[in-house]
Amino acid sequence: MFRNRSLAFKLILFFSGGTAIIFLLIFSVNYTFSKKLIMRYVEENARNFTQSMVNRIETVLRSVKKIPEHIAFFLEEGDLSKEQMIKMMRLVAANNEEIYGIGIGYEPYAFDKEQLYFAPYYFKENGQLKLFENMGSPTYRYFYLDWYQIPRELNQPIWTEPYFDDTLMTTYSTPFYKNIGGERKLTGIICADISLEWLTKMISSIKVLKTGDAYLISKNGTIITHNVKELIMNESIFSVAEDRADAAMRKIGRSMIKGESGFVPFKSIARGKQCWMYYAPVPTTGWSLAVLFPEDELLEDVHRLNRIVGILGLCGMALLLGVIVVISHTITGRLRLMAKAAQAIGSGNLDAPIPVAASGDEVGKLAEAFRYMQASLKEYIRKLMETTAAKERIESELKIAREIQISMLPRIFPPFPHKKEFDIFATMEPAKEVGGDFYDFFLINENKLCLIMGDVSGKGVPAALFMMITKILLKNAGLQDLPADRILSRANDIIALDNDASMFATVFCAILDIETGEVEFANAGHNPPLICRSGAGVEFLEIGKSFVLGPMQGYKFTSRRLKLNPGDIIFLYTDGVTEAMNTKKELFSEGRLKEALTQLKEKSITDIIKALRQEIVGFTQGEPQSDDITMLVVKYNSR
Amino acid sequence: MQKVKIFFSIFTAVFMAVIVFSYCHQACADDGLKKITFIPMWSPQAQFAGYYVAYEKGFYKERGLDVGILQGGPDYPPMELLKSGKADFCVMWLASAIQRRSEGLKLVNIAQMVQRSALMLVAKKSSGIFRPQDMDGKKVSLWEGDLQLQPKAFFKKYNLNVNAIQQSYTVNLFLSGGVDVASAMWYNEYHAILNSGINEDELSIFLFDRYGLNFPEDGIYVLEETFNKDPQAAREFIRASIEGWQYAFEHPDEAIEIILKYMKQAGVPANKAHQRWMLNRMKDIVMPQGAAGGMGILKREDYQRVAEELKNNGLIKEIPDYAEFFKALD
Repeated sequence: MFRNRSLAFKLILFFSGGTAIIFLLIFSVNYTFSKKLIMRYVEENARNFTQSMVNRIETVLRSVKKIPEHIAFFLEEGDLSKEQMIKMMRLVAANNEEIYGIGIGYEPYAFDKEQLYFAPYYFKENGQLKLFENMGSPTYRYFYLDWYQIPRELNQPIWTEPYFDDTLMTTYSTPFYKNIGGERKLTGIICADISLEWLTKMISSIKVLKTGDAYLISKNGTIITHNVKELIMNESIFSVAEDRADAAMRKIGRSMIKGESGFVPFKSIARGKQCWMYYAPVPTTGWSLAVLFPEDELLEDVHRLNRIVGILGLCGMALLLGVIVVISHTITGRLRLMAKAAQAIGSGNLDAPIPVAASGDEVGKLAEAFRYMQASLKEYIRKLMETTAAKERIESELKIAREIQISMLPRIFPPFPHKKEFDIFATMEPAKEVGGDFYDFFLINENKLCLIMGDVSGKGVPAALFMMITKILLKNAGLQDLPADRILSRANDIIALDNDASMFATVFCAILDIETGEVEFANAGHNPPLICRSGAGVEFLEIGKSFVLGPMQGYKFTSRRLKLNPGDIIFLYTDGVTEAMNTKKELFSEGRLKEALTQLKEKSITDIIKALRQEIVGFTQGEPQSDDITMLVVKYNSR
Repeated sequence: MQKVKIFFSIFTAVFMAVIVFSYCHQACADDGLKKITFIPMWSPQAQFAGYYVAYEKGFYKERGLDVGILQGGPDYPPMELLKSGKADFCVMWLASAIQRRSEGLKLVNIAQMVQRSALMLVAKKSSGIFRPQDMDGKKVSLWEGDLQLQPKAFFKKYNLNVNAIQQSYTVNLFLSGGVDVASAMWYNEYHAILNSGINEDELSIFLFDRYGLNFPEDGIYVLEETFNKDPQAAREFIRASIEGWQYAFEHPDEAIEIILKYMKQAGVPANKAHQRWMLNRMKDIVMPQGAAGGMGILKREDYQRVAEELKNNGLIKEIPDYAEFFKALD
């Protein structure tokens, strides 16, 4: 996906991506730590704050609970009359602001053996003190009410669950005892109804940060004070948790009513706002005070700090991005110039300017390398041109050599227009520029025609040179009117004399007596020629075994004879004909040659040669020619 | 000690409630609908959701009834209103109704709405109570009157000797550890205990219906005389009430909103989570098999079980005739 993008793009992408990741990492670590730091600080503050509130509440509650305890003391120790008791109750109710009412409930028949219920109650109504001499009755069976029953069953003072009665109230109930027959026996319960208006005011006056507040729950989890009035006494922390299906909240609630304290994340009861809550028990009553710190306000500073860090980071990133863009462009700009220069060099302009390396960096080194490469290329090409020129000269010289070679062979047909006794035609098709095959024919005198067909070992220039010598020596010997075997011997002896290269040639030499049609011939390792008798078949000449020309001095060749009748044809050739190869590596072969000649013998001698050429080309099917192909045909006519 | 103030205002409050509802009842009269007055056993809560929903959704009116629902309360038994003719229909416990019938008050059951007893005993596992046998010698708080029938039969069945004390309106005595075992209604006090921060797995519960002591509870009663005068009206009232219950169970959120509205009107503490719990439990005990078909039926064996227990306790002399006591819908 990025493979074809520019280097600048990749640089920008990877660098900015990398720095973004690093930045985010730093950012989040910074956030986490600063938050942790703040939270630690906040927790301590929250604990101190909550604790001081608890202490204030405790001070009031403890002083209030002393009153019924004192009454209990008087009831137990003193032997008060009914009037004295009521007077004391009146004093207590009148002199204690927090006490809304004070009552003393006696056990069945404990005050008066005739009376099941006895429970005087002094209370305030509209600022007036009122006495209710006995609140017990069949419709108000106080024995079974919480304020009486619980301290009685537990045998200890208790704070009742707060209740709402015009204002928030709670009751502190404490049992009192009498010594009856040496036994300390529970006689009744003193209850002090305490208005919690002061508490409501105190709690609702608590303001934490901007919107934080505090609330109080009873030991059953019931909400006792809250800024939202509808929640008070209607909801408990557990019912809110149930409503929200919030198990964590229930867990916190359980911890609160167990009298534990803690600092926990908490969704505010009224609005579900994310807060941190510190809660601590009010030990006297078993209630729990919770102070809420709205998280967003708590972390406002952290968030501001983070905003600043974030903006700084983004600015830094932008700056970095700019720098990367500039750097990558200076690098890639030089690289682009280099690429352009390389392209120019590639297209042949070796003098294309290469950007100057202004620096020693990698791009500079690359430019240096380019310049070196350019120089090397130039040098190489100069040398290559020299070599090519030399090669071309050699080739042109070889061409000249070939021309010379070809010109050495008789090429004008008919060569002896005045001689009607015979027709002669020959071709040589060299395989390479300069071949090793040769042929020759010349008149020794008016009556004798000498025919030579040869093939020199090897190819190319050395073969051509050797061929020249051989041909000249043979012609030289032939012109001295020697018999065929002597012509070969003479040439052989001269060649063998200085043949250090051990070169050799196969040669067939024949001398035709034009008058008689007699032919004397000798062979030096050459292919047997074919003779086509007029009106009869085609046959190979019997040539016997013989050695090649060149390696062995003093070798004796032998001559043979035959007679030509008018219309007979002698066909001389080199192995380039019989060994012509097709794509299947099959040879043209002597058999095919013989067969072809049999078909062609009635034609004119030039047509025979042309047709044979066609035959060979047809056979080889485009396989390149591996050897010179040389053919010579002589037709004997009657005089 | 809030009860003191309540004591002073009981009479006026109830009187006013009756007056207010009756007034409305009178005012809404002249529209060809049959006027009927109904009093639930207690102040508004999901225990009576079906009736409030039927009223609110107009099911009574659809059946030609102009129903006035009186506000019940702890200190004004529906029986008195029925006797005095201030109410035509009321909700009452089966055991109470059998006793009244046996005492000679000619009332009939026209629908046994709560077929499965919701009364139970609750104990904290921390007090070592896991099985009925573990209650032996423990302090148990029991409600008064007919609510003691099942616990006493239960103790007898398991041969338990418990220290029974009287239970008030709250579960605070139990919560503060004053008793080991408390009585509770599954739909009410049990949830109050849970909502005081005690988890279900910390409690051992004993629902009486699971111990062969299924005493059907809330039923709808009418004086025989009233019933005979217009049995059709009674039937329509029951049908509409059953429709109300079914609607409440199918639309619990709407039903709870209706209930909360009436609770706020009555000035009683209203807690949504608690009312939802109560409505769900009512579904369990009104439709114990989950089928609507059997709603309102008083089974003969249930009747027999309760009546026999009453007779064994000497609370009734003779078992009233089932056929005379229960008037099935059709």
